[in-house]
Amino acid sequence: MSRLLHAQNLVMQFGGLRAVSDFSLELAEGELVGLIGPNGAGKTTVFNMLTGVYAPTSGTIRLQNATGTDENIAGLLPHKITRKGVARTFQNIRLFKSMSVWENVSIARHSHVPYNLAQGVLRLPPFRKAEIQLKAEILELLAIFKIDNKAEFQASNLPYGEQRKLEIVRALASKPRILLLDEPAAGMNPQETLELMELIRFIKERFQLTVLLIEHDMSLVMGICERLLVLDYGRTIASGLPLEIRQNPVVIKAYLGEDAVHA
Amino acid sequence: MKQFRPTILIALVSALGFIILETLIQVRVLDDYTLQILCIAGINVLVALSLNLISGFTGQLALGHAGFMAVGAYTTGILLVQAHWPLLPALLGGGLMTALFGMLIGMPTLRLRGDYLAIVTLGFGEIIRVAINNFDEILRWVVGKPDMAGWTGGPTGLSGIPGYDVNIMVNNPAAFLWIYPAVTLAVLLVMNLIRSSHGRALIAVREDEISAQAMGVNLFGMKLTSFTISAFLAGLGGALYAPFIGYLSPPGFDFLRSVFFVIIVVLGGMGSITGTVIAGIGLTFLQEFLRTNAKDAGNGLIKLVQQSIFPGTLSSGAWTVDLVPLSQVLFGLILILLMIFRPGGLMGTRELPLTRLLSTPWWRKKAAHP
Amino acid sequence: MDILSLFFQQLINGLSKGGIYALIALGYTMVYGIIKLINFAHGDILMVGAYIAYFVFAAWGFTTGTVFLAVLLAVVGSVLLGISIEATCYRPLRSAPRINALITAIGVSIFLENFPRLIPAIGPNYRDLTVPKLFETIHFGEVSIDPLKLLTLVVSLLLMVVLIIIVDYSKAGKAMRAVSYDMGASALMGISVNRTVSFTFALGSALAGIGGVLYMLNFPLLDTYMGIMPGLKAFVAAVLGGIGSIPGAILGGLILGIAEAMTAGFISSKLMDIVVFGILILILLLKPSGLLGVHRKEKV
Repeated sequence: MSRLLHAQNLVMQFGGLRAVSDFSLELAEGELVGLIGPNGAGKTTVFNMLTGVYAPTSGTIRLQNATGTDENIAGLLPHKITRKGVARTFQNIRLFKSMSVWENVSIARHSHVPYNLAQGVLRLPPFRKAEIQLKAEILELLAIFKIDNKAEFQASNLPYGEQRKLEIVRALASKPRILLLDEPAAGMNPQETLELMELIRFIKERFQLTVLLIEHDMSLVMGICERLLVLDYGRTIASGLPLEIRQNPVVIKAYLGEDAVHA
Repeated sequence: MKQFRPTILIALVSALGFIILETLIQVRVLDDYTLQILCIAGINVLVALSLNLISGFTGQLALGHAGFMAVGAYTTGILLVQAHWPLLPALLGGGLMTALFGMLIGMPTLRLRGDYLAIVTLGFGEIIRVAINNFDEILRWVVGKPDMAGWTGGPTGLSGIPGYDVNIMVNNPAAFLWIYPAVTLAVLLVMNLIRSSHGRALIAVREDEISAQAMGVNLFGMKLTSFTISAFLAGLGGALYAPFIGYLSPPGFDFLRSVFFVIIVVLGGMGSITGTVIAGIGLTFLQEFLRTNAKDAGNGLIKLVQQSIFPGTLSSGAWTVDLVPLSQVLFGLILILLMIFRPGGLMGTRELPLTRLLSTPWWRKKAAHP
Repeated sequence: MDILSLFFQQLINGLSKGGIYALIALGYTMVYGIIKLINFAHGDILMVGAYIAYFVFAAWGFTTGTVFLAVLLAVVGSVLLGISIEATCYRPLRSAPRINALITAIGVSIFLENFPRLIPAIGPNYRDLTVPKLFETIHFGEVSIDPLKLLTLVVSLLLMVVLIIIVDYSKAGKAMRAVSYDMGASALMGISVNRTVSFTFALGSALAGIGGVLYMLNFPLLDTYMGIMPGLKAFVAAVLGGIGSIPGAILGGLILGIAEAMTAGFISSKLMDIVVFGILILILLLKPSGLLGVHRKEKV
């Protein structure tokens, strides 16, 4: 397995607050890695640095590109990073609320459409062909998550669980190699969480993805992640196989406090 | 040809409207004054539509569209007066020059947060006006080219712009022949743009900038595209205005005029083309009505009040009042009340049910019945 | 006049005008800091203050007493106006998209600029006032200084000091800073957000009201649109200093005033406005958070 992404010594400083210090991560192709830690540990900040929402104060993020060489993507604008194959979902769902479900997904394909603005305005043949194909592809993606029958619904009218799914579909539509999922199961019941686990496994195989996910739901993390990274106060306090992490006293202390270790 | 269906439909409806109006003009049911207001309404719709593109669809409030209109109007005016260009290239020249201005203004400012754009465009609107006023002064200090002196006419205005027809008596009907198709084309352009991937990306920018970027949308690029097209259309509106009115002066393009376009867009619904068209025509007629009648109505009202309180006294100078600002007061109130009670305006982001029904994009129909 | 004298002459003029800009800019910056709204109508508060003073002077002439009365009434009038605008027009939109609140503010501004024109006592025409020479002009070589300008500067600076003391040390000021940092958390801590926002508008409006009196004394020509330009320039000053920052607004106001005066002295008074907006563009390009502003990142 080749190394797809390599983040080294990432630091994010907000004024006097060091949200993340010295974070390093290696993702091999096809891996499914979990990023866990208590609230405020800096998990989402790591995502924001990886996707360009924040430029890291220092450190590098090397991404292997199609030709096999790698380049530093730290500090690039988010849309450039997305176009290089890193897509994400948001913890606090950020759909385009007034747009329909399929239009939401189509935004992720905007950088892939083969017609330009003039061809679109003039309704030239490339426009028509591309739009028919686009719509079909979007419906196919939506079908995987069983929301294709709601393609014309306004996104904000979907139930909560389906909004979360739509976020994932949207990220998938940008044709990523690496998918970053920020608490995909937040607010779901155990049954839905179980289904979601299956789905994540399925799309990972189907689209040959490498997945990094943030999650609070331990059953989901332990169930599907091959490897875990634990953050606390912006530092990586442990990493390893799920079973090792579960028994690591430092991790238990971070989550449950000092007493739990001795109990 | 299915992809042209909505386009053809709008073109047909518009052509029908054109034929009806043109017949009314020819048989003189529509008098010259009404025709004149129709022309102004068309120009207002065009500029308001351009504002709707950047503010309604893309979500970036711009407050300097009167300035863009001025650039277009003066460019066309100067091309006609100084360079004796034919009408069509002069009109396009006005639009393109404004697009260039828009791009230059947009490049530094569109990277900023949305509400800064409002102020910067307001500032630019003012600068453009001041610059036209003091064109010669600026030439002397900045460019050092005295041979262009006097081109804008400065505070006295730019006069003698040749009309749409050499015969001044039929200038309004001739102007109508240009303005109506131009507005139709602009409506088609904006509509087709919005219903393409690029248009969807614009709306995504309005809905959530961070999310749009995360989906691979070039935030700055899309904003700049929208702003430049918007400037082009606003400039075209100004360009059409120049030969219509024949005389340009800087105070005609002040901040209140920019606000007037904002009111049209807000009342019609930010993100509704139909709304802009309806509100643009409606508000233009309302404004004209108030402009011509408010003074008499106001003074009549005052006289009435006066005579009921102090019977016998006739109106004296001290009590007359000018009610022309009434329209501005009304517009201010409209903005406040709309935002508090009906922020979506008349139409929200919807289009007219009829056109929506008839022009449901073909790919949606197909998808509905696979 | 030699260049050095001209420089000092314009420096005094600029500082005096800049002081007024700073007073207005403080209102913009405080309101923006607390509810993230560019209060377009803020410049029109200055107009109201100026008119109130005008009527006081027109009725009772210029004496020390009427000057104090004018300032008092201008402050009372502006504060009442500012608070009621906030409560009726902005409060219902506090959780609406920012663009909506901004459009409302434009509506308020248009209303304030035109409604007085319908009132017979104010009307649409210019009003001017002959301000008697209160003091003798002071001469330093070729530089002649109008004490009114010095007075304007001194009054502005005093007011700024008072404001900083209020914001930094009073309980209400502490509440203001808390609300501007995090409105939700402040409400949970038992701070009355509505009262704090009202207080902020009151402070800003009071400064703009006094600014209006000073402005009309220096440029005694009134109409209902007179607040637009100083309002706009004060906003530029607030952005220049870093919107949300109180020292920034003061610094920005003074810099802008000096820049204007220097342009008028050394280039051409007709290009003043262009220079002001040129500064705006430059600062937005080079340092969008302003000279003393802090850059806050949006939480994702």
